[in-house]
Amino acid sequence: MSSRAFKNPISESVPVRWTLIFIVLAFLALFVLTPLLIVFKEAFGKGWGEYVAALQEPDAVSAIRLTLLVAAIAVPANLLFGIAASWAIAKFEFRGKAFLITLIDLPFSVSPVISGLVYVLLFGANSFLGPFLKSYGVQVVFAVPGIVLATIFVTFPFVARELIPLMQDQGTGDEEAAISLGANGWQAFWYVTLPNIKWALLYGVLLCNARAMGEFGAVSVVSGHIRGLTNTMPLHVEILYNDYNVVGAFGVASLLALLALLTLVLRTILETRYGSELSAGQKH
Amino acid sequence: MISARSAARWHWKNPSVIPGFGLTLGFTLAYLTLIILIPLAALGWRSAALGWFDFFRLITDARTLGALKVSFSTALIAAVVNVVFGVITAWVLVRYDFPGRRVVDAIVDLPFAIPTAVAGIALTALYAPNGLIGSFLTPLGIKVAYTPIGIVIALIAIGLPFVVRTVQPVMQEISREVEEAAASLGANRFQTIFRVILPGLVPAILTGFALALARGIGEYGSVIFIAGNIPFVSEIAPLLIVIRLEEFDYGSATAIATIMLIISFLMLLLINVIQAWSRRRFGYEQ
Repeated sequence: MSSRAFKNPISESVPVRWTLIFIVLAFLALFVLTPLLIVFKEAFGKGWGEYVAALQEPDAVSAIRLTLLVAAIAVPANLLFGIAASWAIAKFEFRGKAFLITLIDLPFSVSPVISGLVYVLLFGANSFLGPFLKSYGVQVVFAVPGIVLATIFVTFPFVARELIPLMQDQGTGDEEAAISLGANGWQAFWYVTLPNIKWALLYGVLLCNARAMGEFGAVSVVSGHIRGLTNTMPLHVEILYNDYNVVGAFGVASLLALLALLTLVLRTILETRYGSELSAGQKH
Repeated sequence: MISARSAARWHWKNPSVIPGFGLTLGFTLAYLTLIILIPLAALGWRSAALGWFDFFRLITDARTLGALKVSFSTALIAAVVNVVFGVITAWVLVRYDFPGRRVVDAIVDLPFAIPTAVAGIALTALYAPNGLIGSFLTPLGIKVAYTPIGIVIALIAIGLPFVVRTVQPVMQEISREVEEAAASLGANRFQTIFRVILPGLVPAILTGFALALARGIGEYGSVIFIAGNIPFVSEIAPLLIVIRLEEFDYGSATAIATIMLIISFLMLLLINVIQAWSRRRFGYEQ
């Protein structure tokens, strides 16, 4: 049998392979890459000067500030929660654990608009809590606290779901050894657990941050869209776009796209270099 | 006395020398309750306060039914398209070696990372009648932007990674011996793929389908720019919630949100049941 006539029985023929590869490349180019490129094309459509001017415009600057502020509160809050939840779930056996994990994942299956709506119903003008808090001078909805709460809601599971499977895989042996050698719980966490989970922790924080800065639907419902006050970057993109300010809208959008690309590069580096220390075989 | 107590505690929690259970579980439950459960309960409570009659009247409003139909049908079509291309993508990434494979693998995750509003305006710019792709489609009489087709395009663009990332790890675990056995027993490649490999992937494919579907039903940011938002034609349910809120019609907004959650939940439950069945029938252990 000549080598050309030999056909590998457990693989597709070469033409089939290349057809499938071509289909995948064309599909990704059409639906994922071209939209990304068009953002930069439109942002720089009128030159570098207009681009920089669009980003230095006061409302754009305050939108960037607010986005950074919201992420600076929401991400650490969910980081703290992620660590606490994964410690309780991975290091102990108790009843109702599977149900608890399901509840933690719940925000992923709720529409972002509904995630915002629930806070409007809870703290809005015709709610029970809203007027009560307002009488003490605290405004939640159509103000920064509402934006922070809605962002925490939609980014709630990110850190926890990276840590839980990894810490469950790692078991409790290391911590038990540390405790039996005289460490207290805090030392066991700081010197034993944390080094084991640091890359997965960073991975979760990256994803959580990307979503926190990019969230649109939930924030849109609670924000009230007050320019310069309660507009985050994604909301500002919408306002500029509806004003037919193409360079401005795509300019701010290009910053968010850069953030997404940076997140992607960092997570690819993490996966390549520390893949075995992230949750085993489970990317999401 | 001590044994009685430990026996009683056994039912709830296994004993452990590791400290911090009360603190971490307490914090977890408190945070979960405050951030997620109480706000969702507020939705349920406000919905119940409407009463059956009003609730039914609000969800059977013609515009609401239209929006629900648009949301669920476009999400369903997009999820089916994503299953087809997602499985092919996963297969190509797992089985074939070609230049740039790692880059392609990373690009698949882009829709997870890119903010929805950015994807929304970019897709609109591409598919608008004078856009890069739209200008080719317009002479052919195909209108994408400001029609339901635009909604499907947006949902395809954001849903792909859900299928790829759930199917890919399971595909990696398939042992080649099974395929060798099928081939040595006389199956051609087509038969091996469709009768041996794919049935084992069904549970993972269904998970990906369910995730893409759930995301598509609730999606807002990437859709509203390209949809045109014409009531009864291209107005999605999440947008109608926002419109009702802006009209201070909290009752309608609450009712639409509740029925969306109920239908989504029932659909996911159904998919779970099919999944459990198919896993028993021919599943690989994940």
